[in-house]
Amino acid sequence: MIRKSLLFAVAASALTMPALAHNAWFLPSTTVLSDTQQSVTVDAGTSTAPFEANHNAMNIDNVKIWAPDGSMGTPENTARSRYRSTFDVRIDKPGTWRIGMENTGISGSFKVDGEPWTVGRRRGPPPVAATSAQSAPAAAVLASGTPPMGAPGAGGPGARPRIDPSHVVASIDDIPANATEIDLTETLSRNEFFVTAGAPSDALFQPRGKGLEFVPVTLPTDLVSNEAAQFRFLVDGQPAAGLEVEVIPGGRRYRESDGTQKLVTDSDGVLTVNWPMPGMYWLNASITDAKPSNPKASKRRMGYTATLEVLAP
Amino acid sequence: MKKTIAIAVSMAATPAMAGSVTVTIPRIKVAEYHVPYVAVWIEPKAGGPARTLAVWYDVAKRGNEPGTKWLADLRTWWRKGGRSLNLPADGVSGATRAPGAHRIAIPANVKPGSYTLFVEAAREDGGRELVSMPLDIPTRAAAKASGKTELGAITLSAR
Repeated sequence: MIRKSLLFAVAASALTMPALAHNAWFLPSTTVLSDTQQSVTVDAGTSTAPFEANHNAMNIDNVKIWAPDGSMGTPENTARSRYRSTFDVRIDKPGTWRIGMENTGISGSFKVDGEPWTVGRRRGPPPVAATSAQSAPAAAVLASGTPPMGAPGAGGPGARPRIDPSHVVASIDDIPANATEIDLTETLSRNEFFVTAGAPSDALFQPRGKGLEFVPVTLPTDLVSNEAAQFRFLVDGQPAAGLEVEVIPGGRRYRESDGTQKLVTDSDGVLTVNWPMPGMYWLNASITDAKPSNPKASKRRMGYTATLEVLAP
Repeated sequence: MKKTIAIAVSMAATPAMAGSVTVTIPRIKVAEYHVPYVAVWIEPKAGGPARTLAVWYDVAKRGNEPGTKWLADLRTWWRKGGRSLNLPADGVSGATRAPGAHRIAIPANVKPGSYTLFVEAAREDGGRELVSMPLDIPTRAAAKASGKTELGAITLSAR
């Protein structure tokens, strides 16, 4: 499941999103505040094990801060270091905040005169392109245990074949008329965490009825290790029954096992999570269907990631 | 506003109370000792909202890091209801207490029934502890519980 989602991330995101090849994570300094005079300071990175800053910094240019009253906040003191980016958020309004990133895009492949082309431009160097046409061998490589995306710009021996940089178009509008075998996937993803100042509020959890959504039954800043938590997942406003969700605790390198829980939502789209210990957790779900909003795409890939803090009772 | 304060005070001071809780803050020998934040609350056994009987914190500290900043460190109390309390709260909140035994009256308007009493303490540069015990209102017999680290004896009394 990890490998699978990694593969999705590689195939779908490498072209359209800021460096999200590894698992992308936000790590807030705290999630529960007793007043509105404080800030939360946040690390943001991408790595295999969540919260371990050992691979790449996350591009935080598009971080969004949804304040409880519906207004948008602004990140402060942003910085990008080698393995993580950092920013502060002034939590100056009472209630529950959502802070994170939303990514949408269309990527995929097509052929012109038998030559493979891809859609979508990867922001930032170096260009590492993967096409869904080539993802089958890539899947074999990943499944056989080769570390996925072991290094930035994995283009060395054994890596997926690179596509000719001249065979990349920026958007679907640039696909030439004589293109064949057009295979486009719409991607929608969200990665976020929650902060509550004072009493929590659920104003920001009204479903929009579009894409994969997380609707808490247990408020995400109310998590305690001796109480099971429940979250509902929706796709286009309908319960996402049977959705696979991974829950991974932080602190991977202090354990033998990665501690991943692979869970599935029930018929109402509700996920029940038991927490083996207090700490920060990384929750991730992805689902692909054939209902893209853009008629040119054939598939829709939706992802949801959250960082959750679980306190000791 | 003045009027409500007066009413609250007179209610808290009324002699017809439903018993009392005595919380002991132990003396802890460490180089840097700070008196703990303490919250005392009750929850109906059958379920229902928590009612805070007392919360002791650094009421006087103002400025960039006011005393209220660390209230969330009483993390169970905070989640069970502390966060929706307007502080300072008359008859409920007060300054931190020194080591020793402190008596808290259970207000007379607590409805008869079965409750759980919780006492939580969190100390700067120290630990945190939560102690709970059953509590019947009206309180008939004396009962006792004890913390191990941050809290000492906790006793219930009919008066």
